[in-house]
Amino acid sequence: MTKATKFPSPYELKAPDGAQGWQEMYPYYLLFQDGLRAKEDDRFWFCDSQHWPSPFKPFDTVTVEFAVKCLGQYNTRHYLIPPANGVDYRIHNGYCYMSPVAVPPDDIGPRVPQFLERAGHYFQNWPQLLDNWHKKVRANIADLEALKFETLPEVVPLEWIKNGVGLDNTYALMETYDRAIQLLYKTWQYHFEFLNLGYAAYLDFFGFVKEQFPSIPDQAIAKMVQGVDVDLFRPDDELKKLAKLALSLGIDKALEIGGVDEALAAVGRAQGGTEWLAAWKAAQDPWFNFTSGNGFYSDDKYWIEHLEIPLGYIRAYVKRLRNGETIDRPTAKIAAERDRITAEYRALLAPDAVAAFDGKLGLARVVFPYVENHNFYIEHWSMSVFWRKMRELAAILHRAGFWNAADDMFFLSRQELRDALFDYGNAWAVGVAPIGPHYWPPKIAARKSMLAALAKQPPQPALNTPPEVITEPFTIMLWGITTDSVQRWLNGSADAKTLMGMAASPGKVEGRARVIRSAAELALIEEGEILVAPVTAPSWAPVFGKIKATVTDIGGMMSHAAIVCREYGLPAVTGTGSASATIRNGQMLRVDGSTGEVVILS
Amino acid sequence: MIMDTQFFGAQRLSPAASARTAISAVGLGYIVAFDEAVAEDHPRMGGKCASLARMTAHGVSVPAGFAVTTEAFAAHMRTGGLAAEVDALVESIDVDDVADEEQKSARARALITAAAVPADVEAAIREAYGRLAGGNELPVAVRSSATAEDLPDASFAGQQDTYLWVVGADEVVARVKACWASLYNARAISYRCKNGISGPSVEMAVGVQKMVDARAAGVAMTLNPINGDRTKIVIDSAFGLGEPVVSGEITPDNFVVEKVLLEILQRRIAEKDHELVPDRAARRAVDRVIEPERRTRPSLSDEGVIAVARIAKALESFMGCPQDVEWAIDRDLPEGANVVALQSRPETVWSRKKIAASRSYSLGVDGVLGTLMAPLNNKK
Repeated sequence: MTKATKFPSPYELKAPDGAQGWQEMYPYYLLFQDGLRAKEDDRFWFCDSQHWPSPFKPFDTVTVEFAVKCLGQYNTRHYLIPPANGVDYRIHNGYCYMSPVAVPPDDIGPRVPQFLERAGHYFQNWPQLLDNWHKKVRANIADLEALKFETLPEVVPLEWIKNGVGLDNTYALMETYDRAIQLLYKTWQYHFEFLNLGYAAYLDFFGFVKEQFPSIPDQAIAKMVQGVDVDLFRPDDELKKLAKLALSLGIDKALEIGGVDEALAAVGRAQGGTEWLAAWKAAQDPWFNFTSGNGFYSDDKYWIEHLEIPLGYIRAYVKRLRNGETIDRPTAKIAAERDRITAEYRALLAPDAVAAFDGKLGLARVVFPYVENHNFYIEHWSMSVFWRKMRELAAILHRAGFWNAADDMFFLSRQELRDALFDYGNAWAVGVAPIGPHYWPPKIAARKSMLAALAKQPPQPALNTPPEVITEPFTIMLWGITTDSVQRWLNGSADAKTLMGMAASPGKVEGRARVIRSAAELALIEEGEILVAPVTAPSWAPVFGKIKATVTDIGGMMSHAAIVCREYGLPAVTGTGSASATIRNGQMLRVDGSTGEVVILS
Repeated sequence: MIMDTQFFGAQRLSPAASARTAISAVGLGYIVAFDEAVAEDHPRMGGKCASLARMTAHGVSVPAGFAVTTEAFAAHMRTGGLAAEVDALVESIDVDDVADEEQKSARARALITAAAVPADVEAAIREAYGRLAGGNELPVAVRSSATAEDLPDASFAGQQDTYLWVVGADEVVARVKACWASLYNARAISYRCKNGISGPSVEMAVGVQKMVDARAAGVAMTLNPINGDRTKIVIDSAFGLGEPVVSGEITPDNFVVEKVLLEILQRRIAEKDHELVPDRAARRAVDRVIEPERRTRPSLSDEGVIAVARIAKALESFMGCPQDVEWAIDRDLPEGANVVALQSRPETVWSRKKIAASRSYSLGVDGVLGTLMAPLNNKK
């Protein structure tokens, strides 16, 4: 096999059959434009299937647009990260590709003093600023919660007339929509306020330790920094508490009856049931604002809207408790282990490195809780409320005949949706039928079939010629993409029996593969299987009680899969590039989370 | 492998130590089991046995055994004026006359071995062996145990005898006497004369230790000998007794373990066609061909690798510096508690390396800046 040196150009990658014309679903600025081929092909793009593993519905591009734009603004305009501007992004054949933007060499030096002043302020005042961040984000969530989309009434309310308001209900509807989008925009601005700096400080400690101990496993460094009381695990902890309470109140049998409504009714009738129902209700706000997806897709399911998900997990925990199993996370053990590991490595340091170790570890531990916890506040809680509000709007327009199923709304881009809203209001005002119910259903049907065709073809890991050495710090930091991993992608199919990835969580096991491409397939996982997925979300936590190991296509040491697996003591290999495409359901695998090797045994 | 100088050699007692010997030489304290020794016992156990006792106390299993203390030796030398007779003989040696030295030292040794061991000493040795052997014919190693403080020269090591495959109480008593006598072989006497270590104050303890029937054995270093990386434990391992691994006669399996996380990072399994195994009847180790299906199997399970690494790590931690450990998996011990350390000595190659000039690191936002710029600098 000849060694490949470059990935295909996007201009050579044709649309899969049935997806021709997909470009019409996305705004022009997200597409590789024909007239810019020379410029675009001159750049290296990698596919971000870590955050966006499946093709975008038109509305859902808002997540990549806001997220990656806001990432960029902090590098380029807030902190002036000397060598790095933002990350440019395109959508091609439904998937998104990223290209980090370096700062011209002559501009790097002049940015240094500004960076030191701006980033220095954040590092010096981290706890206070983070405290303020929590206040801002909670206020933003409250603003999102307060949004109210209402069907246009027959007539403008009489009191508006009497009070001389002088506005109609369409004005309020448009305003609420625009406000929802703006609040989402704010959500993502806040998301990156601390993230880039947090990762950078973590990486400073990481690099320092690697320099001291060149062959130290990455996971050892992660263990020295990782938090013990992590908000991200709270939702799962709440379910465990509810499972225990069900047993101690003796309502566990009632909880197992039928679907959600039947079970809750049975619990309500049982003695002690009221106490359990109160606890169940109390846990929901905010902890059930939690998705089994990653928050980036309109079809991500949130517990609070799908109570069957948390209830299913509670039932599974009840069974394990009855079997005498311990379901609690061993937090005391994790804390003790973190201290032991830290002390042992510290003792191996050269004497002149000890002070630096302490200083850098200190900073890493200050900043890292944000890296671990922000996910709950943004991807889970904030996005839960945003998507819920959007579904309220979808239902209104569905009732007005704009589309055949409520969630079809997400096959419109956010700009198109604004047009549809105007159409709805315009027709209401003029006193005619809106055009949308005629225009959108066939268009949505066509887009659905295009997206189905796009989803059948997995993305290229990257596009064009990679740089000889990956030097862009955020590519390495946030995506875990290194010179080595790009080489692995290029040589991907050399040995189909062995896949190499990142040794993300230690341990070695053998077991049957279960390939899961979306959260909807999670229910298929059987006891003792090895989870193989493009990427996992931390909210999959409850299935981690069932599985033996995890293998992902994308992700580094600090990816969700890695964090959760270390937490649950399961082996994990992340960033294999192609495990979910190479491995088939039911194949026997050997996963070595200490070396990063996955062997297909049969 | 280099012999451990620390474990072989003569001990010159300090006045204080002599005083202790006098006080306790009343029939008590002739025997100290390795796993029962306390710190005050160490001087009368000799260097080798004291080291084994310290290892045991720190949770490192060693082959079971006991020390026949310096007091037992002193008691033996006191009987029938033996000490005076031997001292006079040794005093009269002309160290420049090889023949004279040879002949007189042989007579001194003969005097020591011919004399009957005091009854209470002999009873104590027999009782201790009986307990160790559990009533069976257990093969043991009997070897001298003295401190090495006066003996920087490794060539001296081995001048005192080590007896392997000793079976039965009679033979143990005889070999203990032989060890005592080995203090008076010609080279030992020359050495002491040259170094001004005079006769009467030289004392000797003797170690009696179970011969390990090793299912697998080898060496563990608490740093990577290739690059000095102290976060690694590197283990060489083969089937059977460890000597062929130690002497480099065979290519062993090789494991690299991350020291802090205790995770196996690398396994290289060699083809092993021979193993050294005990032949109890013949009272020696014999070379045996390994059946083909076993040759490419790992000599250590993953659990075994971790157990060996734990022991090496414990030794490094209480010795306070990187160690080179000989270990074995004892067939007679239960799974999970069957790794024993045979010997541990400081690693010398990397530990002697000069420490690089002290350097400084930037902290806080300056450190973060350095990290952000680092990939760029690496490219240049």
